[in-house]
Amino acid sequence: MSDEKNLAAAVTDDAREYLTFRLGKEEYGLNILNVQEIRGYDAVTKIANSPPFIKGVINMRGVIVPIIDMRIRFNLGEATYDEFTVVIILNIGKRVIGMVVDAVSDVTSLQNDQVRPAPEFGTVLDTAYIDGLATVDERMIIVIDIEKLMTAEDMGLVDQVAA
Amino acid sequence: MTLDVSQFVGVFLEESFEGLDLMEAGLLQFREDDPEAVNSIFRAAHSIKGGAGTFGFREVSDFTHGAETLLDQIRQGERRMSSEISDTLLCAVDCIRDMLRAASDGGEADTARLLQTREAIEHLLGTRPAESQEEGAQQANGADKVRGWRIVFKPQPGMMKTGNDPLRLISELEGIGLLSVRTHTDVLPSLAEMEAEACHLHWEIELHAPVEAGAIRAVFDWVEDECELLLEPLGDAPGTPAPTVAEPKSDANGTQTNTARPAEPRRTDASSIRVAVEKVDSLVNLVGELVITQSMLNEVGNANSEFDVARVERLREGLGQLERQTRELQEGVMGIRMLPISFVFSRFPRVVRDMANALGKSVDLRMEGEETELDKGLIEKLADPLTHLVRNAIDHGIESTEQRVAAGKPAAGQISLKAYHQGGNIVVEVADDGAGLNREKLLAKAASQGLPVSDTMPDRDVWALIFAAGFSTADKVTDISGRGVGMDVVRRNIEAVNGRVEIDSTPGGGTHIILRLPLTLAILDGMSVHVGDQTYILPLTAILESIQPTTEQLGTVGGVGRVVHLRGDYLPLIALHESFNVEPEAHRPEDGIVIITAASDGRAALLVDALGAQHQVVIKSLETNYRKVPGISGATIMGDGKVAMILDVDMLLRLRHMH
Repeated sequence: MSDEKNLAAAVTDDAREYLTFRLGKEEYGLNILNVQEIRGYDAVTKIANSPPFIKGVINMRGVIVPIIDMRIRFNLGEATYDEFTVVIILNIGKRVIGMVVDAVSDVTSLQNDQVRPAPEFGTVLDTAYIDGLATVDERMIIVIDIEKLMTAEDMGLVDQVAA
Repeated sequence: MTLDVSQFVGVFLEESFEGLDLMEAGLLQFREDDPEAVNSIFRAAHSIKGGAGTFGFREVSDFTHGAETLLDQIRQGERRMSSEISDTLLCAVDCIRDMLRAASDGGEADTARLLQTREAIEHLLGTRPAESQEEGAQQANGADKVRGWRIVFKPQPGMMKTGNDPLRLISELEGIGLLSVRTHTDVLPSLAEMEAEACHLHWEIELHAPVEAGAIRAVFDWVEDECELLLEPLGDAPGTPAPTVAEPKSDANGTQTNTARPAEPRRTDASSIRVAVEKVDSLVNLVGELVITQSMLNEVGNANSEFDVARVERLREGLGQLERQTRELQEGVMGIRMLPISFVFSRFPRVVRDMANALGKSVDLRMEGEETELDKGLIEKLADPLTHLVRNAIDHGIESTEQRVAAGKPAAGQISLKAYHQGGNIVVEVADDGAGLNREKLLAKAASQGLPVSDTMPDRDVWALIFAAGFSTADKVTDISGRGVGMDVVRRNIEAVNGRVEIDSTPGGGTHIILRLPLTLAILDGMSVHVGDQTYILPLTAILESIQPTTEQLGTVGGVGRVVHLRGDYLPLIALHESFNVEPEAHRPEDGIVIITAASDGRAALLVDALGAQHQVVIKSLETNYRKVPGISGATIMGDGKVAMILDVDMLLRLRHMH
């Protein structure tokens, strides 16, 4: 990864920094401003009768944080948990949410014009959550709108009445 | 020296709101001629006026002045309290509150209502309304007709001893407009006779600014008893003293004086609590003890000698002390957050009176248990739902006087508000002796809205219909209830603080609404229970006893509904592992532990694998970052850092109904 190039680009106005992570063979990017921290997967308490992708809640320095496994949510990759499992802690609005992914790869700076609109996929994945596709070093990065995705109704993270 | 007073504005506002509450309560209870009652109302008005003047809320101080004058006359016995006066004064209280709120939040006060109330006060005071209207019109036309004022300011010799400085007053006038000041030294005694601390001077000031007299009087507000003050409009025939009573003030003027204030940040947004000094003192003492215990433990831990039995003993002793002190500290800190429920209740005499008047009904309000203490956060969240319930009771519950008489009831309806402790809960009841809920009407309405109902539904399910979201009782909406929150919002608000709403109604006998609220939002005494690999916390208040059931005690109803036979009673058995889809260790109830719990629907038996220990847990909201989970009231963090869910027994029971 050519970091110098990216760092230089990060200074310009229309560029944003993205944290890229892998789910199965796909690589995703999310706005780094939504990322609070990255930590391991540990001591999750189950929540009764929740969808399978909600693994439960953890205690993060006194704050109860729900953990979502994106691999289960999108049927990508193997949902295994070991000492290498990574949780990205996100700040979505006022909420803190943890997201299990296969691996965190990099921080990449993307110009706005580098992000191309994504084609319609039909029902597999709602393109409403996809800001677009970008290419970095021959790799395709799916840029997602993490706030929209996490507050979506079918995630069941937010009470409908409260939303 | 300039004193930055802006830092005190928050305190002033808070005190003023308290003062207004006091005035309101005093006015509402003003039945017999109790001189102390008038005095306390008067004092509240007076300190609001004075404070408002100091902090530059000129409109407020001007406005309050009228009310104060009226109160003063009553206090002096020159005037008798009448319902007209008390109504007007109550309106004035509202207006002042409105203005102060506008001042603190930067909103807009209701000007039309202000003027109306002010006129009413002036009318009562007997000042010719025509005159003040004229003056109002004058200002509306453009205040340039009064070019300025000639002010004769003659302080009494002792004025400076009370801490007032004439010079500062004059420099404050300078803030209003251009001044030309002439100092009169004619009464100045000779140097030998001169008293250094007395004020022997007087001033003649010409103020070239198109303001009205009130703004100038406000400057001299604090010294008005200690000086002679004469105001004359400039250019007018001399000798026409300006009206002394509050004049209407145009909006433009209000903002003008507002901007003259230093633009200091005067909003302290963080809500504050007033705490009794004894409470703080006892906390300080406790912390002192804690420090001692800590150093004692330190000594035990750091001593170089061999670890022996004696030291273990001291260690134990120290830990015991630490535990006791921590608990006391915790209680003390929680106690700071506790306020009597009268903070909410106190508004209801007014609400009831106003609404009953508006609806032409006669309603008595009875309040009990106002001293019941509960968490400040809860009090704030309780205010809206309770207000709605009371309004509902008056509007929909209590019948008209004719109907009541026809039904053989006393003409005056009765609403009672009651608060008391029950177990670990605070119970607040709102009851009326009105017509009660109409079962048929509710069912018909629900059916027409497509809600699943049947004629055979038990009463309590029918009553619960009024809490359904969007359940409208549109045929009886009035301008009084129907605005604000609906019943579904009442329930949601109460459930948001882990409370419950129960409703009971007898046709012709009235409606009884019971709110059950947790004592505090933060800490809970609980028992940990284990199911499979999961640990849950069961509130101690819900636990009656626990048993290891024998096969004879267990039975089924219809093959699925399981019951526990306990001393003659059959209690429904809820297997926690089934409710929560957990793989249990004890598949048969005989292998587990059955906890008999008290719920609002009666008793129920809860099957778990094993009992853990008793804990005091800090309640953490699941909803902060997640959402409400059925059967769970919250989460907590255990000693090992893991999260444990806190069970909501009532919801568990209701869940069972749904399955």
